[in-house]
Amino acid sequence: MDMESPLRIFPDSAATQAWRTDVLFFFELTISVLFVLLIAGAIVYMALRYRRRSEDEVPPYTPSPAIIEWSFMVVPFGIMLIMFFWGGYLYVQDRRPPPGAMQINVIGKQWMWKLQHPEGPREINTLHVPVGRPVKLVMTSQDVIHDFAVPEFRMKMDVVPGTYTVEWFEATKTGEYHLFCDQYCGELHSRMVGRVVVMEPEAYQAWLVGTVPNEPAAVSGARLFQSYGCAACHGQRAPTLAGLYMSKVKLDDGRVVVADEYYLRESIIEPAAKLVAGYGPIMPSFRAQLTEEQIFDLIEYIKSLGLAMDTSVPGALPTGPETRPSTQPFNGYRPDLLPNQPPARQPPTYNETGGSPTRE
Amino acid sequence: MTAIPYSPDYAAPQTGRTTYLNATHTIRSWLLTKDHKRIGILYMISITIFFMIGAGGAALVRINLLTPAGILSEPAQYNKAFTIHGVMMVFFFLVPSIPATLGNFLLPLMIGARDVAFPKINLASWYLLIIGSSFALSAILFGGVDTGWTFYTPYSSTFSNTHVVLMIVGIFINGFSSILTGLNFVVTIHKMRAPGMTWFRLPLFVWAMYATSLIFILGTPVIAITLALVAVERLLRVGIFDPALGGDPILFQHMFWFYSHPAVYIMILPSFGVISEVITCFARKRIFGYVFVAFSSVAIAIIGFLVWAHHLFDAGISVYSGLIFSLLSFLVAVPTAVKVFSWTATLYKGSVSLETPMLYALGFIGLFTIGGLTGLMLATLGLDVHLHDTYFVIAHFHYVMVGGAIMAYLGGIHFWWPKMTGKMYPEFWGKIAAAITFLGFNLTFFPQFVLGYLGMPRRYHAYPPEFQVYNVLSTAGASVLAVGYVLPLIYLLWSLKYGAEAGPNPFRSMSLEWQTPSPPPTENFERTPICSQPPYAYDLQTPMGSPVPTAAAT
Repeated sequence: MDMESPLRIFPDSAATQAWRTDVLFFFELTISVLFVLLIAGAIVYMALRYRRRSEDEVPPYTPSPAIIEWSFMVVPFGIMLIMFFWGGYLYVQDRRPPPGAMQINVIGKQWMWKLQHPEGPREINTLHVPVGRPVKLVMTSQDVIHDFAVPEFRMKMDVVPGTYTVEWFEATKTGEYHLFCDQYCGELHSRMVGRVVVMEPEAYQAWLVGTVPNEPAAVSGARLFQSYGCAACHGQRAPTLAGLYMSKVKLDDGRVVVADEYYLRESIIEPAAKLVAGYGPIMPSFRAQLTEEQIFDLIEYIKSLGLAMDTSVPGALPTGPETRPSTQPFNGYRPDLLPNQPPARQPPTYNETGGSPTRE
Repeated sequence: MTAIPYSPDYAAPQTGRTTYLNATHTIRSWLLTKDHKRIGILYMISITIFFMIGAGGAALVRINLLTPAGILSEPAQYNKAFTIHGVMMVFFFLVPSIPATLGNFLLPLMIGARDVAFPKINLASWYLLIIGSSFALSAILFGGVDTGWTFYTPYSSTFSNTHVVLMIVGIFINGFSSILTGLNFVVTIHKMRAPGMTWFRLPLFVWAMYATSLIFILGTPVIAITLALVAVERLLRVGIFDPALGGDPILFQHMFWFYSHPAVYIMILPSFGVISEVITCFARKRIFGYVFVAFSSVAIAIIGFLVWAHHLFDAGISVYSGLIFSLLSFLVAVPTAVKVFSWTATLYKGSVSLETPMLYALGFIGLFTIGGLTGLMLATLGLDVHLHDTYFVIAHFHYVMVGGAIMAYLGGIHFWWPKMTGKMYPEFWGKIAAAITFLGFNLTFFPQFVLGYLGMPRRYHAYPPEFQVYNVLSTAGASVLAVGYVLPLIYLLWSLKYGAEAGPNPFRSMSLEWQTPSPPPTENFERTPICSQPPYAYDLQTPMGSPVPTAAAT
């Protein structure tokens, strides 16, 4: 963004949905200006043309034909229907990330943004993305509601604790753009800002390689998977996780759901909410054990399992210390069966005062 | 027609006459009054004080935003300032403004009744407002609240360290004031109309009051319960809205806006009523399409209950509910458009006189039209994704709430001031104040549309430097607007002592409230009026300059 320019009346357009939004905006702006001119013009004209010329003036009765009243309703509603369908069409596009979009996990907390790339880099308040590639943000909050908004992308979505929300963009122009928290989140709401750095794909690759090496999320997830003893059940008394991501899951109440991030998260923190057909409610909730980042890591691990792989042997992924405690029958929630020691791997440490762990 | 000719001596100032104002003089007689007119005056004084407190919050907000870093040293101070502004203006000024002052004063007069149906409950409503506001004011005095007037969870229920519960108790109690006023008005309109005052002879202000009362009765309990649940979660840690306790934060938004969007119509429907009265009187015309305008109020009240989730388009609701609530939001704009077009068409071939109330009314139409059209942009899903929670939304609802509701309130105060006090406001200063208000308003809020599209988020204590120009413009405009609000306060008080005698009907209105002396006697009418004409039948006025009263004393 052009920060030097003192007076801007219109924001930069830096993503594919920006110009689509602007075209609709200018359509509605034109309609609005026309109506304001029509009404203001009519009022000024009639206030002058029919101004009171004597105190005793008694104007004649004029009928108000129903046809005109109906036109007051039908004509505006017709125009509004155009706005509705056009706006609805854009909304559906804004809400449906294209398949194959690169995914970034976003965690909002008072008052900072944690951003996690699939290849490993984790950033604070600054998001590096390549130009010309769809980016899908899967977002959650650790405390209150936040909102991830980038005006130059015409993009905004609340970041809600306890669930995942999704938004996506495809940047069209390199540069740095404001990242705002748009939902009031407490004292330092106005400091929960950052920037999105859009780079040429080559520069982005160089940046990825040049960052402080972080373990890919899937690897961290695999370690968590082992340290919490998940493999004790999954694949045997609990459903196998290989090929689960985005597959259709049949539930015991007959419903069929798609195993997206939302479903996977819910199944980790509230396993009984959607039971897979044929399996009992044996899994405890991990709400208290896992941070939002660890849940993201586990989901990345599940996604990395891809298709038709046996989860009981987490293959080539690096193995952490063996913490599977026991193979005795597991009947319901048994706290003693959960690992007592902390997970083998601590969550990545950040410089919490801000700044990205990059070597810029 | 059975009308008795207008008697000239009736129009002359009647000194020594007993009015509702001079019937008794003690403070006690005011605090224990059951007269709807005195209760209306009590409301007017109280909400003027609340308005000043809310305006103080707005002044802090605008001053803070003069520099990008924020002039108030602590962000927390700013957060409390905009919360005071929002809570006082919405719950303690705008909601009771027109219904409880002008509505209380005028509703019985307009339908030819002696009082409202339940005068004691009417007085109780005012006391509930006072008790509720005491809680809210004590929350401010003890250190304030920083949640914004929307109280979004889980911030308000588990995170904020301010006096949220005290404020909620205040709003909860004040809610009963609204409910009882609504109940009173509905029963009054159903049961207390004068002979001949059929539903389609009711002034449109009464229709607007009826629609408003429906929302009061049906909507207010929901906000009361919702805020009570926030207090329960805060005090007892029962998981309702906070996901960490097993709750759902979006549930709060659904419940909050289920009231608070209809509440927007509580604030604007009475204004529609005022504008219909003023336009017809100063154009000396029947309203264009009476039945359409009357039913559009009811339609707005009903459809207004079905649009709440347009505040949640970006909160993670499903695409399908987004689509449905977008369509419903456009639908509620249809009866609103009917009103704007009908008011404009009413001027056609009229006898238009641009006195102060008419200036406010025409200003209202202009500003409300801009507010409504930008509302269409926000109802458009694809645009809301960009505009939501920015200054565009702030500008939009201030065009409706301030440009609309407050312009209409001031217009109505000027219009009925002669009836309430028996004195004329100074016409010259009235016109000046109306012009300054219109100008100052646009200077304040138009720059915020630009700011909003540029992306400046709302509720920011500090902002990037490129937004400064528009913020300075807006603050400058706000100081002009402040002059527009202080002027009427001064000259209206001045007119109480020095204003010209108004006489019973200075604007030659056809409406019933003008067919009794100003100020009216305690019992409103000397004899029960009988309505024999359609409303606004200005074409039936006798050309000699003496209006035929719609009420004929028998």
